[in-house]
Amino acid sequence: MDGLHDLGGKQGFGRVKYPSAPHNENWRPLVRALHAFAIESHIYNMDEFRHAIERMTPRHYISAPYFERHLTAIATLLIEKGIATREELESLVDGEFPLSGPLGPGRLPFAPQSFAIGETVRVKNECVSGHVRVPAYIRGKTGTIVHVSTPTPFPDAAGHNMQAEIEPTYDVRFRARDLWPDASDEALNHVAVFQSYLEKVERA
Amino acid sequence: MTDTKREAPASPEKRAAALEIVLRRKADMPKNFVAEFTEHADDAWITANGAQMVARAWTDPEYRARMLVDGTAAARELGFEFPEHHRNLVVLENTATVHNVIVCTLCSCTAYTIIGAAPDWYKDLDYRARVVRESRTVLREMGLDLPATTEIRVWDTTADTRYMVLPMQPPATTGWPVQKLATIVTQDSMIGVTRLEQVKGLRSWTACTT
Repeated sequence: MDGLHDLGGKQGFGRVKYPSAPHNENWRPLVRALHAFAIESHIYNMDEFRHAIERMTPRHYISAPYFERHLTAIATLLIEKGIATREELESLVDGEFPLSGPLGPGRLPFAPQSFAIGETVRVKNECVSGHVRVPAYIRGKTGTIVHVSTPTPFPDAAGHNMQAEIEPTYDVRFRARDLWPDASDEALNHVAVFQSYLEKVERA
Repeated sequence: MTDTKREAPASPEKRAAALEIVLRRKADMPKNFVAEFTEHADDAWITANGAQMVARAWTDPEYRARMLVDGTAAARELGFEFPEHHRNLVVLENTATVHNVIVCTLCSCTAYTIIGAAPDWYKDLDYRARVVRESRTVLREMGLDLPATTEIRVWDTTADTRYMVLPMQPPATTGWPVQKLATIVTQDSMIGVTRLEQVKGLRSWTACTT
Protein backbone atom coordinates (compact mmCIF):
# COMPACT_ATOMS: atom_id res chain seq x y z
CA MET A 1 0.00 0.00 0.00
CA ASP A 2 1.10 3.57 -0.59
CA GLY A 3 1.57 4.29 3.10
CA LEU A 4 3.94 6.57 4.94
CA HIS A 5 6.04 3.52 5.86
CA ASP A 6 7.37 3.54 2.27
CA LEU A 7 10.02 6.10 3.09
CA GLY A 8 12.85 5.40 0.64
CA GLY A 9 13.80 8.58 -1.21
CA LYS A 10 11.26 10.83 0.53
CA GLN A 11 12.68 14.32 0.94
CA GLY A 12 12.60 16.87 3.72
CA PHE A 13 14.02 14.65 6.46
CA GLY A 14 16.94 15.84 8.56
CA ARG A 15 20.24 14.59 9.89
CA VAL A 16 20.32 11.09 11.30
CA LYS A 17 20.43 11.26 15.12
CA TYR A 18 23.72 9.41 15.35
CA PRO A 19 24.87 7.99 17.63
CA SER A 20 21.58 7.17 19.37
CA ALA A 21 20.89 8.48 22.85
CA PRO A 22 20.71 5.80 25.55
CA HIS A 23 17.30 4.91 27.00
CA ASN A 24 15.94 2.87 29.87
CA GLU A 25 12.41 2.20 28.69
CA ASN A 26 11.55 -1.27 29.94
CA TRP A 27 8.43 -1.49 27.79
CA ARG A 28 10.58 -1.79 24.67
CA PRO A 29 12.05 -5.23 25.50
CA LEU A 30 8.60 -6.25 26.75
CA VAL A 31 7.04 -5.42 23.35
CA ARG A 32 9.86 -7.25 21.58
CA ALA A 33 9.20 -10.37 23.69
CA LEU A 34 5.42 -10.26 23.21
CA HIS A 35 5.89 -10.06 19.46
CA ALA A 36 8.35 -12.98 19.59
CA PHE A 37 5.78 -15.03 21.52
CA ALA A 38 3.04 -14.24 19.00
CA ILE A 39 5.28 -15.27 16.08
CA GLU A 40 6.48 -18.42 17.86
CA SER A 41 2.87 -19.37 18.66
CA HIS A 42 1.76 -18.70 15.07
CA ILE A 43 -0.82 -16.15 16.19
CA TYR A 44 0.28 -14.16 13.16
CA ASN A 45 3.15 -14.24 10.65
CA MET A 46 5.80 -11.59 9.94
CA ASP A 47 4.00 -10.25 6.88
CA GLU A 48 0.73 -9.85 8.77
CA PHE A 49 2.71 -8.02 11.45
CA ARG A 50 4.41 -5.69 8.96
CA HIS A 51 1.11 -5.00 7.24
CA ALA A 52 -0.60 -4.21 10.55
CA ILE A 53 2.09 -1.54 11.10
CA GLU A 54 1.52 -0.20 7.58
CA ARG A 55 -2.20 0.07 8.31
CA MET A 56 -1.65 2.54 11.16
CA THR A 57 -3.10 5.96 10.41
CA PRO A 58 -0.44 8.15 8.77
CA ARG A 59 -0.39 10.64 11.66
CA HIS A 60 0.06 7.87 14.20
CA TYR A 61 2.72 6.05 12.16
CA ILE A 62 4.87 9.11 11.64
CA SER A 63 4.71 10.23 15.27
CA ALA A 64 5.00 6.87 17.07
CA PRO A 65 8.39 5.52 18.14
CA TYR A 66 9.44 2.17 16.67
CA PHE A 67 8.19 -0.04 19.51
CA GLU A 68 4.91 1.84 19.77
CA ARG A 69 4.31 0.90 16.13
CA HIS A 70 5.03 -2.69 17.12
CA LEU A 71 2.62 -2.71 20.04
CA THR A 72 -0.09 -1.12 17.90
CA ALA A 73 0.30 -3.92 15.35
CA ILE A 74 0.26 -6.63 18.05
CA ALA A 75 -2.94 -5.19 19.56
CA THR A 76 -4.63 -4.88 16.17
CA LEU A 77 -3.80 -8.47 15.25
CA LEU A 78 -4.89 -9.87 18.63
CA ILE A 79 -8.29 -8.27 18.00
CA GLU A 80 -8.48 -9.41 14.37
CA LYS A 81 -7.57 -12.96 15.42
CA GLY A 82 -10.29 -13.00 18.05
CA ILE A 83 -7.93 -13.20 21.02
CA ALA A 84 -8.87 -9.81 22.49
CA THR A 85 -11.49 -7.12 21.98
CA ARG A 86 -10.98 -3.41 21.70
CA GLU A 87 -13.14 -2.86 24.79
CA GLU A 88 -11.02 -5.30 26.76
CA LEU A 89 -7.79 -3.52 25.81
CA GLU A 90 -9.24 -0.09 26.58
CA SER A 91 -10.50 -1.31 29.90
CA LEU A 92 -7.09 -2.73 30.77
CA VAL A 93 -5.34 0.58 30.04
CA ASP A 94 -8.22 2.68 31.39
CA GLY A 95 -8.02 4.93 28.35
CA GLU A 96 -7.63 5.05 24.61
CA PHE A 97 -5.75 2.28 22.78
CA PRO A 98 -5.10 3.43 19.17
CA LEU A 99 -5.23 0.64 16.60
CA SER A 100 -4.42 0.15 12.91
CA GLY A 101 -6.97 0.54 10.13
CA PRO A 102 -8.93 -2.40 8.69
CA LEU A 103 -7.46 -5.23 6.63
CA GLY A 104 -8.31 -5.28 2.92
CA PRO A 105 -7.91 -8.08 0.36
CA GLY A 106 -4.54 -9.60 -0.46
CA ARG A 107 -3.44 -11.22 -3.71
CA LEU A 108 -1.84 -14.42 -4.91
CA PRO A 109 1.54 -14.73 -6.64
CA PHE A 110 1.86 -14.70 -10.41
CA ALA A 111 2.78 -17.73 -12.52
CA PRO A 112 6.41 -18.73 -11.92
CA GLN A 113 9.03 -17.24 -14.21
CA SER A 114 12.75 -17.53 -13.99
CA PHE A 115 15.48 -14.96 -14.07
CA ALA A 116 19.24 -15.41 -14.12
CA ILE A 117 22.07 -13.52 -12.48
CA GLY A 118 23.15 -10.75 -14.87
CA GLU A 119 19.72 -10.53 -16.51
CA THR A 120 18.12 -7.11 -17.01
CA VAL A 121 14.63 -6.98 -15.46
CA ARG A 122 11.90 -4.43 -14.94
CA VAL A 123 9.88 -3.98 -11.76
CA LYS A 124 6.19 -4.05 -12.69
CA ASN A 125 4.50 -0.68 -12.36
CA GLU A 126 1.81 -1.92 -9.98
CA CYS A 127 -0.14 -0.10 -7.30
CA VAL A 128 -1.20 -2.63 -4.68
CA SER A 129 -3.57 -1.53 -1.92
CA GLY A 130 -2.73 -4.47 0.37
CA HIS A 131 0.62 -5.65 1.71
CA VAL A 132 3.42 -5.43 -0.84
CA ARG A 133 7.20 -5.31 -0.47
CA VAL A 134 8.07 -3.18 -3.49
CA PRO A 135 9.26 0.23 -2.37
CA ALA A 136 7.70 2.89 -4.61
CA TYR A 137 11.11 4.18 -5.66
CA ILE A 138 11.74 1.15 -7.90
CA ARG A 139 8.27 0.85 -9.47
CA GLY A 140 8.59 0.54 -13.25
CA LYS A 141 12.40 0.82 -13.03
CA THR A 142 14.91 -1.39 -14.82
CA GLY A 143 17.84 -3.08 -13.11
CA THR A 144 20.16 -6.09 -13.15
CA ILE A 145 19.91 -9.24 -11.07
CA VAL A 146 23.00 -9.77 -8.89
CA HIS A 147 21.85 -12.49 -6.48
CA VAL A 148 19.10 -15.10 -6.18
CA SER A 149 17.81 -16.15 -2.75
CA THR A 150 16.11 -19.19 -1.29
CA PRO A 151 12.34 -19.10 -1.97
CA THR A 152 10.22 -17.38 0.71
CA PRO A 153 6.44 -16.90 1.12
CA PHE A 154 4.86 -14.32 -1.19
CA PRO A 155 4.19 -11.37 1.13
CA ASP A 156 1.09 -10.03 -0.65
CA ALA A 157 -0.66 -13.30 0.25
CA ALA A 158 1.05 -14.03 3.58
CA GLY A 159 0.28 -10.53 4.88
CA HIS A 160 -3.43 -11.26 4.45
CA ASN A 161 -3.33 -14.74 6.00
CA MET A 162 -3.82 -16.34 2.58
CA GLN A 163 -2.03 -19.51 1.51
CA ALA A 164 1.31 -18.09 0.39
CA GLU A 165 3.34 -20.04 -2.15
CA ILE A 166 7.08 -19.62 -1.82
CA GLU A 167 9.08 -17.99 -4.58
CA PRO A 168 12.63 -16.71 -5.04
CA THR A 169 13.63 -13.15 -4.34
CA TYR A 170 16.28 -11.43 -6.39
CA ASP A 171 18.72 -8.73 -5.34
CA VAL A 172 18.32 -6.26 -8.18
CA ARG A 173 20.88 -3.52 -8.82
CA PHE A 174 19.70 -0.09 -9.96
CA ARG A 175 21.57 3.14 -10.51
CA ALA A 176 20.56 5.98 -8.22
CA ARG A 177 20.55 8.33 -11.19
CA ASP A 178 17.93 6.14 -12.91
CA LEU A 179 15.77 6.11 -9.78
CA TRP A 180 15.98 9.85 -9.05
CA PRO A 181 17.41 11.54 -12.16
CA ASP A 182 19.46 14.63 -11.34
CA ALA A 183 18.38 14.52 -7.70
CA SER A 184 20.46 11.91 -5.89
CA ASP A 185 24.00 11.02 -4.89
CA GLU A 186 25.59 8.60 -7.30
CA ALA A 187 25.34 5.04 -6.00
CA LEU A 188 24.31 1.52 -6.90
CA ASN A 189 21.03 0.76 -5.16
CA HIS A 190 20.15 -2.85 -4.47
CA VAL A 191 16.65 -3.96 -3.55
CA ALA A 192 15.46 -7.50 -2.72
CA VAL A 193 12.52 -8.10 -5.07
CA PHE A 194 10.09 -11.02 -5.13
CA GLN A 195 9.81 -12.88 -8.44
CA SER A 196 6.15 -11.94 -8.93
CA TYR A 197 7.07 -8.23 -8.90
CA LEU A 198 9.43 -8.58 -11.88
CA GLU A 199 8.96 -8.78 -15.63
CA LYS A 200 11.24 -9.66 -18.51
CA VAL A 201 12.77 -6.86 -20.55
CA GLU A 202 12.53 -7.48 -24.29
CA ARG A 203 15.87 -7.14 -25.97
CA ALA A 204 15.97 -4.39 -28.60
CA MET B 1 -14.24 6.75 32.65
CA THR B 2 -14.07 10.51 32.10
CA ASP B 3 -13.72 12.33 28.81
CA THR B 4 -10.37 13.82 29.80
CA LYS B 5 -8.89 10.35 30.06
CA ARG B 6 -9.91 9.70 26.47
CA GLU B 7 -8.22 12.77 25.04
CA ALA B 8 -4.79 11.13 24.78
CA PRO B 9 -3.86 7.49 24.27
CA ALA B 10 -2.72 5.52 27.30
CA SER B 11 1.06 5.48 27.69
CA PRO B 12 2.98 2.86 25.72
CA GLU B 13 4.02 1.28 29.04
CA LYS B 14 0.36 0.73 29.95
CA ARG B 15 -0.53 -0.55 26.49
CA ALA B 16 2.39 -3.00 26.49
CA ALA B 17 1.41 -4.25 29.95
CA ALA B 18 -2.18 -4.80 28.75
CA LEU B 19 -0.97 -6.91 25.84
CA GLU B 20 1.11 -9.01 28.20
CA ILE B 21 -1.98 -9.67 30.34
CA VAL B 22 -4.03 -10.66 27.30
CA LEU B 23 -1.37 -13.03 25.97
CA ARG B 24 -1.00 -14.69 29.38
CA ARG B 25 -4.73 -15.06 29.94
CA LYS B 26 -5.85 -15.99 26.47
CA ALA B 27 -2.88 -17.37 24.55
CA ASP B 28 -1.23 -19.37 27.34
CA MET B 29 1.95 -17.31 27.35
CA PRO B 30 4.09 -18.82 30.12
CA LYS B 31 4.79 -16.54 33.06
CA ASN B 32 8.55 -16.63 32.46
CA PHE B 33 8.42 -16.13 28.70
CA VAL B 34 9.26 -12.42 28.67
CA ALA B 35 12.17 -12.70 31.09
CA GLU B 36 13.59 -15.79 29.42
CA PHE B 37 13.21 -14.45 25.89
CA THR B 38 14.80 -11.13 26.84
CA GLU B 39 17.72 -12.83 28.53
CA HIS B 40 18.28 -15.07 25.51
CA ALA B 41 18.01 -12.19 23.02
CA ASP B 42 20.38 -10.00 25.04
CA ASP B 43 22.91 -12.76 25.60
CA ALA B 44 22.87 -14.66 22.30
CA TRP B 45 22.04 -12.12 19.59
CA ILE B 46 24.98 -9.81 19.90
CA THR B 47 27.36 -7.84 17.73
CA ALA B 48 30.20 -10.12 18.87
CA ASN B 49 28.72 -12.89 16.66
CA GLY B 50 29.18 -10.95 13.44
CA ALA B 51 32.50 -9.66 14.75
CA GLN B 52 33.75 -13.24 15.13
CA MET B 53 32.70 -14.00 11.55
CA VAL B 54 34.52 -10.92 10.28
CA ALA B 55 37.69 -11.67 12.26
CA ARG B 56 37.67 -15.26 11.01
CA ALA B 57 37.23 -14.06 7.41
CA TRP B 58 40.21 -11.73 7.82
CA THR B 59 42.45 -14.58 8.97
CA ASP B 60 41.11 -17.57 7.03
CA PRO B 61 40.82 -17.08 3.25
CA GLU B 62 38.84 -20.30 2.80
CA TYR B 63 36.27 -19.24 5.40
CA ARG B 64 36.08 -15.83 3.74
CA ALA B 65 35.36 -17.45 0.37
CA ARG B 66 32.66 -19.67 1.88
CA MET B 67 31.13 -16.70 3.69
CA LEU B 68 30.86 -14.64 0.51
CA VAL B 69 29.08 -17.52 -1.25
CA ASP B 70 26.76 -18.51 1.61
CA GLY B 71 26.63 -16.23 4.64
CA THR B 72 23.97 -18.36 6.36
CA ALA B 73 26.19 -21.46 6.28
CA ALA B 74 29.20 -19.43 7.43
CA ALA B 75 27.22 -18.13 10.42
CA ARG B 76 25.93 -21.61 11.31
CA GLU B 77 29.48 -22.94 11.05
CA LEU B 78 30.36 -20.73 14.04
CA GLY B 79 27.21 -21.80 15.90
CA PHE B 80 25.01 -18.77 15.24
CA GLU B 81 21.26 -19.04 14.74
CA PHE B 82 18.58 -17.32 12.67
CA PRO B 83 14.86 -16.82 13.20
CA GLU B 84 12.72 -18.85 10.81
CA HIS B 85 12.03 -15.95 8.46
CA HIS B 86 15.69 -14.96 7.96
CA ARG B 87 16.28 -17.41 5.16
CA ASN B 88 19.43 -15.95 3.62
CA LEU B 89 22.40 -14.02 4.95
CA VAL B 90 24.32 -12.22 2.22
CA VAL B 91 27.76 -10.89 3.16
CA LEU B 92 28.88 -7.76 1.30
CA GLU B 93 32.60 -7.27 0.92
CA ASN B 94 34.06 -3.80 1.27
CA THR B 95 37.23 -3.11 -0.69
CA ALA B 96 39.52 -0.10 -1.06
CA THR B 97 37.17 1.24 -3.74
CA VAL B 98 33.76 -0.28 -2.87
CA HIS B 99 31.69 0.63 0.18
CA ASN B 100 28.48 -1.19 1.14
CA VAL B 101 25.75 0.19 3.40
CA ILE B 102 22.53 -1.46 4.62
CA VAL B 103 19.06 -0.07 5.26
CA CYS B 104 15.44 -1.23 5.45
CA THR B 105 13.29 1.53 3.98
CA LEU B 106 9.92 -0.21 4.51
CA CYS B 107 10.42 -1.22 8.18
CA SER B 108 13.71 -1.85 9.98
CA CYS B 109 14.85 -5.37 9.15
CA THR B 110 18.36 -6.45 10.17
CA ALA B 111 20.27 -9.68 10.72
CA TYR B 112 19.81 -9.07 14.46
CA THR B 113 20.96 -12.50 15.61
CA ILE B 114 24.30 -11.86 13.90
CA ILE B 115 24.99 -8.13 14.27
CA GLY B 116 22.84 -7.45 17.34
CA ALA B 117 19.59 -5.50 17.75
CA ALA B 118 19.34 -2.58 15.36
CA PRO B 119 20.36 0.76 16.86
CA ASP B 120 17.72 3.49 17.14
CA TRP B 121 19.25 5.63 14.41
CA TYR B 122 18.90 2.74 11.94
CA LYS B 123 15.17 2.63 12.69
CA ASP B 124 14.74 6.41 12.45
CA LEU B 125 12.69 7.82 9.60
CA ASP B 126 15.58 10.12 8.60
CA TYR B 127 17.98 7.24 7.93
CA ARG B 128 15.37 5.12 6.15
CA ALA B 129 14.23 7.97 3.88
CA ARG B 130 17.60 9.46 3.04
CA VAL B 131 20.36 6.86 2.84
CA VAL B 132 19.02 5.29 -0.37
CA ARG B 133 18.91 8.59 -2.21
CA GLU B 134 21.66 10.65 -0.55
CA SER B 135 24.05 7.91 0.51
CA ARG B 136 27.27 9.87 0.22
CA THR B 137 25.80 12.92 1.96
CA VAL B 138 24.27 10.91 4.81
CA LEU B 139 27.47 8.93 5.38
CA ARG B 140 29.46 12.18 5.43
CA GLU B 141 27.07 13.68 7.98
CA MET B 142 27.54 10.55 10.11
CA GLY B 143 31.31 10.98 9.99
CA LEU B 144 32.32 8.82 7.02
CA ASP B 145 33.66 11.06 4.27
CA LEU B 146 34.30 8.66 1.39
CA PRO B 147 36.63 9.59 -1.45
CA ALA B 148 34.81 10.58 -4.66
CA THR B 149 36.27 7.53 -6.36
CA THR B 150 34.64 5.07 -3.91
CA GLU B 151 31.66 3.23 -5.36
CA ILE B 152 28.78 3.20 -2.89
CA ARG B 153 26.45 0.20 -2.88
CA VAL B 154 23.24 0.57 -0.90
CA TRP B 155 21.25 -2.56 0.07
CA ASP B 156 17.55 -2.21 0.94
CA THR B 157 16.30 -5.13 3.08
CA THR B 158 12.88 -5.49 1.45
CA ALA B 159 12.62 -9.32 1.46
CA ASP B 160 13.72 -12.07 3.85
CA THR B 161 17.34 -11.82 2.79
CA ARG B 162 19.48 -10.24 5.49
CA TYR B 163 22.76 -8.47 4.84
CA MET B 164 25.96 -7.74 6.73
CA VAL B 165 28.98 -5.81 5.58
CA LEU B 166 32.40 -7.44 5.72
CA PRO B 167 34.59 -4.44 6.60
CA MET B 168 38.18 -4.12 5.44
CA GLN B 169 40.80 -5.11 7.98
CA PRO B 170 42.76 -2.09 9.20
CA PRO B 171 46.35 -2.54 7.96
CA ALA B 172 47.70 -1.78 11.45
CA THR B 173 46.09 -5.00 12.76
CA THR B 174 47.88 -7.37 10.39
CA GLY B 175 49.04 -10.44 12.28
CA TRP B 176 46.70 -10.00 15.26
CA PRO B 177 45.08 -13.16 16.63
CA VAL B 178 41.41 -13.77 15.72
CA GLN B 179 40.02 -13.05 19.18
CA LYS B 180 41.79 -9.69 19.36
CA LEU B 181 40.65 -8.78 15.85
CA ALA B 182 37.03 -9.52 16.79
CA THR B 183 37.18 -6.84 19.50
CA ILE B 184 37.66 -4.02 16.98
CA VAL B 185 34.68 -4.97 14.75
CA THR B 186 31.71 -2.71 15.50
CA GLN B 187 28.03 -3.01 14.67
CA ASP B 188 28.19 0.25 12.71
CA SER B 189 30.96 -1.16 10.51
CA MET B 190 28.79 -4.21 9.71
CA ILE B 191 25.86 -1.92 8.81
CA GLY B 192 28.26 0.15 6.74
CA VAL B 193 28.17 3.63 8.26
CA THR B 194 31.77 3.43 9.42
CA ARG B 195 34.97 1.90 8.10
CA LEU B 196 37.37 0.41 10.60
CA GLU B 197 40.33 2.20 9.05
CA GLN B 198 38.83 5.14 10.95
CA VAL B 199 39.28 3.49 14.34
CA LYS B 200 41.37 5.72 16.58
CA GLY B 201 44.79 4.42 17.47
CA LEU B 202 44.98 2.12 14.46
CA ARG B 203 45.65 4.19 11.40
CA SER B 204 44.32 7.51 10.28
CA TRP B 205 41.51 7.39 7.76
CA THR B 206 43.06 10.15 5.67
CA ALA B 207 46.07 7.96 5.04
CA CYS B 208 43.78 5.46 3.31
CA THR B 209 41.92 7.94 1.17
CA THR B 210 44.71 9.37 -0.92
